[in-house]
Formats: sequence, structure tokens, C-alpha cells
Amino acid sequence: MKEIRIHARAGQGAITTASLLGYAYFLKGACPYAFPSFGAARMGAPMNAFVRVDSKPVRLRSQIYEPDYVIIVDHTLMRGYNCFSGLKEDGVAIINSREEAVEVPKVKAKQKVFVVPANEIALKYIGKPLGNTALLGAFCAATGELTLDNLIEAIKHRFSAKLQEANVKAAQEGFDFVKSKIKR
Amino acid sequence: MAIRIEPSPAIGRGRVKELLEGSRAVAEIIKLCKPGVISAYPITPQTHIVEELAQIVADGSLSAQFVNVESEHSAASLVLGAVATGVRVYTATSSQGLFYMAEVLYNIAGMRLPVIMTDAARAISAPINIWNDHQDALSLRDSGWIQFHAEDIQEAMDLHLIAYRLGEDKSVMLPVMVCMDGFILTHGLETVDMPTQEQVDKFLPPYKAPYKLDVENPLTLGPLVDPEYYMEARYALNQTHKEVLTLIPKLTAEFAQVFGRTYNGLVEGYQLKDAEKVIVAMGSVCGTIKEVVDELRAKGKKVGLLKVTALRPFPANQIYEALKNAPKVAVIDRALSLGSYAPLYAEIKAAFFGKARKPKGINSFVVGLGGRDITKDSIKEIFRLMNGKEKQAEFIDLKPELLKESYE
Repeated sequence: MKEIRIHARAGQGAITTASLLGYAYFLKGACPYAFPSFGAARMGAPMNAFVRVDSKPVRLRSQIYEPDYVIIVDHTLMRGYNCFSGLKEDGVAIINSREEAVEVPKVKAKQKVFVVPANEIALKYIGKPLGNTALLGAFCAATGELTLDNLIEAIKHRFSAKLQEANVKAAQEGFDFVKSKIKR
Repeated sequence: MAIRIEPSPAIGRGRVKELLEGSRAVAEIIKLCKPGVISAYPITPQTHIVEELAQIVADGSLSAQFVNVESEHSAASLVLGAVATGVRVYTATSSQGLFYMAEVLYNIAGMRLPVIMTDAARAISAPINIWNDHQDALSLRDSGWIQFHAEDIQEAMDLHLIAYRLGEDKSVMLPVMVCMDGFILTHGLETVDMPTQEQVDKFLPPYKAPYKLDVENPLTLGPLVDPEYYMEARYALNQTHKEVLTLIPKLTAEFAQVFGRTYNGLVEGYQLKDAEKVIVAMGSVCGTIKEVVDELRAKGKKVGLLKVTALRPFPANQIYEALKNAPKVAVIDRALSLGSYAPLYAEIKAAFFGKARKPKGINSFVVGLGGRDITKDSIKEIFRLMNGKEKQAEFIDLKPELLKESYE
């Protein structure tokens, strides 16, 4: 079983991110359970979305406290929350930010952190600072959980026309960004 | 913030599997049941279900009237009127909305009208809270509605199919409420088997009302009934509930033949054989409990789960048979009957009163009110606490630091 925790603010597309991730796993033949957890019922309020995935149907309904992977859609949340809380010894975190704009906490030896300028990528292709698909591309490269093709297929299922094309490009660039970091 | 994942045929052993949000899955099932009239008023976390249905009707995929109303009281009244004319109907609500429907719900049951409704189970104000527990549904348990509780999205879908067959059966003619945990199931995405229209049509024939409002054959429904007649009407309602207990297993057997999924429909045991400690629960928490049962069984602990699917009619005999040999039982309530015993616990305990064979201890735990997360540790704590003296409405995961404030 793998557990993914997404940190975002309501309105930033975290549920779409979780459902795209869930769908990509579904296409791979795995059994995902993707679900949100809202705080205050308003835009901008900190919230989580989760994906729990296994080879058999997921029965566990609790939130995720010891994630294998963390995706931080809004790095300003790191000021007030420990977004790394419970991250597994060999866990991977992906932060939507620029290297110089974020203070990455010290992590354990086997943990990995990737800071991905996902909003900039999104602005380039989508025209809005919605870095979710770029982050998911980065997730595929950083974790090896899913192929980029799995993700692109999920994006094509969710979006159509220009939005589809833009999000596929954003995912590709997020993927390439992390791949280039790993090579270095 | 609707999640639209379009259904697509995918992987699977010859069946069509889809990854769907619970609300979407239920809306798709309702579409396949072909109601003629739908009315609802949006309330979190029920909203996605009726949004999806409004879209389905607007798209022309379902030939039905979707009637927008100004309140839940009107939504319930509208489907009451519609079903009384012999049309299949659907509505959905949650929490305060269910309460606002309350007087109409009693009328629907008393008038013997098969309205099918989804309750996206949610806590009750005050304090206002939009998250999941079972206080809304439990508070309506005496309304005369048949009440089912779903463990996962697939079961929520399937229970709606069973609900229509059951409620519209000539020998029943009762409304059915299908409860699915708010957010956990309504907003969660899971892989489900979506039945075909042919399968649904095979299991669920069109609704033929044994009585209806018809200008050609005038009929009075819901008249004033004086003391000479009232008790018999209520007695008949109660009798039908008893008969439903024998009808549900017959319908679920038929359901299994058409759809290939087996449910008991009343109660379901998990690892009950030789179990020394059994938790009784309803709804999605049963999944979490099954995980814990497997973990503890792997360590040699003899533990099990009894899931209650039908709260009304209450399957007291089935519960007695399932638990009579279990030395220790713990009942999880996700609701309260303030000032008394926890509601599910009280009924389980009553099922054993005066019986020779019964558990040595029947414990009562209150868990997950207002969306307080229920973790594997919460469940393990309950199994641990069952060792001691019988517990009375013991709250799990309470924060003592929040209980210290007082006004002098």
C-alpha cells in the first residue's frame, strides 16, 4: 500500500490532483481510494486531499498520517504546518515553489525533496498558476510510481481541447524538470 | 468543486469497472433506476449527488422532471405528492436538511409511499459541523423508513437498487433511506462495477403502484384518522417492518444472481467464527475495522466484526445469532441519544436481555462524532478496552484539554 498526502488551499485544485493521481493508478490496474479532507468551508482555507492505493480494494478510511509521498501545492502552508509530518523514512516530498523562495526543512538520509516551479510551468502553458499537473509530472519522475504515459492518459481523460494540450505539456515539463535534477 | 471523472470502460475481468466519486456513482445508479420525478435542495455533503442528477436530466440522459425547490421540507413534500400519483421518485439530503424534512418523512411512511432517499450522513448542529457521523439518520430511526447503512461506494450503489425493489414491493410499500457516510463515501473516489441498464431492468421492473392519485379513480390518501382507526394503521406499519426482515435476504439473493455481488442486507459478519472479541458497527468505519481485524488476527488475536446494514427494520434475531457465542462485544455508536444509552448499543443490548446464551460483556463506545477521524489506533484502543469492566458510552479519541474550560 502507498499513501500520498496533498497539502493545498481550498480552490487550488487539490481534489482534481488527487482524482488525476487516482485515475492514473486506476489505469495501471491498481485500486485507489482518493478523498479530500476540508477544514473551514471557504476558499483559501488549508485542506488536504489523499490518495491511498493498493493492489486490492482499500478499506482503511482514516486520513493519512504516515505518507510515502507528500505533494505541497502551496508552499506558504509550510509556515504554519509541518507538511512533512510522519513522512516515511524513504519518503519523497514535492514542493511547488522556487528553490530560493522556500526554506526546505532538514530531512532524513533517505528522504528526498524536490522543489518544482510548477506555477511558473503552469503559467507558461495554461496561463494560470495552477501547478497541479506539473507537480504530478514531477511526482511520476521522482517516485517512479507511475509512468508519464499513465499520467498523460489520466489528463486526457479529465481535460479536453486546449486545456488538455496545455496540461499535458505542463506534466511533461514537470517530469523533465525532476529527471534533470536526478541526473545531476 | 465538482470532480468530473467520466466513466470509461477499463481493465477488469469482463466487467466494466470505473473510478468514480461516490456521489457520481449514486447519481449514475439513480439514472439507471429511471425515476420520473427528482426533487432536492442542496446541502453539504449531499450536493454533488443532486448536481450530477440535475446535469443528467438537463443532458437528456434521463427522462425525468428535476424540480428545484426552496427547502428540504418542500423537496420531501414534492416527492410525496409525485410518488402518490404512481411515479418512481428520488431525493437526497443530509443533516439539518433531513431534520427539516422530518414531519414529511413520517407522513411518507405513514401514507405507505415508496420514496427512495440518500442520506449523506452528517453531524447535527449545534455546534454547526458539516462532517460525518450518524446523528442525522439515527434521529429519524422511528419515522417508519427502512434504513440501510453502506460500508463503501459499491454497497451504497447496490443498496439503492435493493431499496427500490424493496420499497415498491406491493407487500411493503415503505420509503427507504440509504445512508452513506458524508465526504468519506460521497466525496471519495473508488473503483466500482457499474451495472448495465439491462441488468438493472432485469432486477427492477417499472413501478406499478397498487394505489395512486388518479382523477379517473378518485382516492383519498393521508386523511384524518380518529382513535377508532389510528392504532391499526400504526400496527400495520410495524407488522410490515417485521415482514421486511424476511424479504430483504430474498431480494439480496436475487440481486446476487443478476449482479454477482452477495450481500446479506441485514447484518454481515467478518471473522466471527471463534472470535472472542467482536466490534459491532455501521457504515464506512467497518472497512477500517476489517483492516484492524486482519492485523490482529495475523498476531493470533481472535477478533471480529459484525456490520449492521439494516438499522430499520432492526435485525435483532440475526444479531443475536451472530453474537451469542462471542464472549466480549463492543458496540460503536457514531451518534448519541443525549441523556441515555448510545442508540445502537441500547438496541443490541436489548436483543440479549433475558437470553441464556449471551456475551459476558457488551461494551458501548462513542467514536468519530462530527468527523473526528477514526484511525486504526482508535479501533485497537476499543479492542484493548474490552478487556476490562463493561464500558458505558466511553468516548474514544476525546481531547481532555478541551474539556477544562468553564464559566464561573
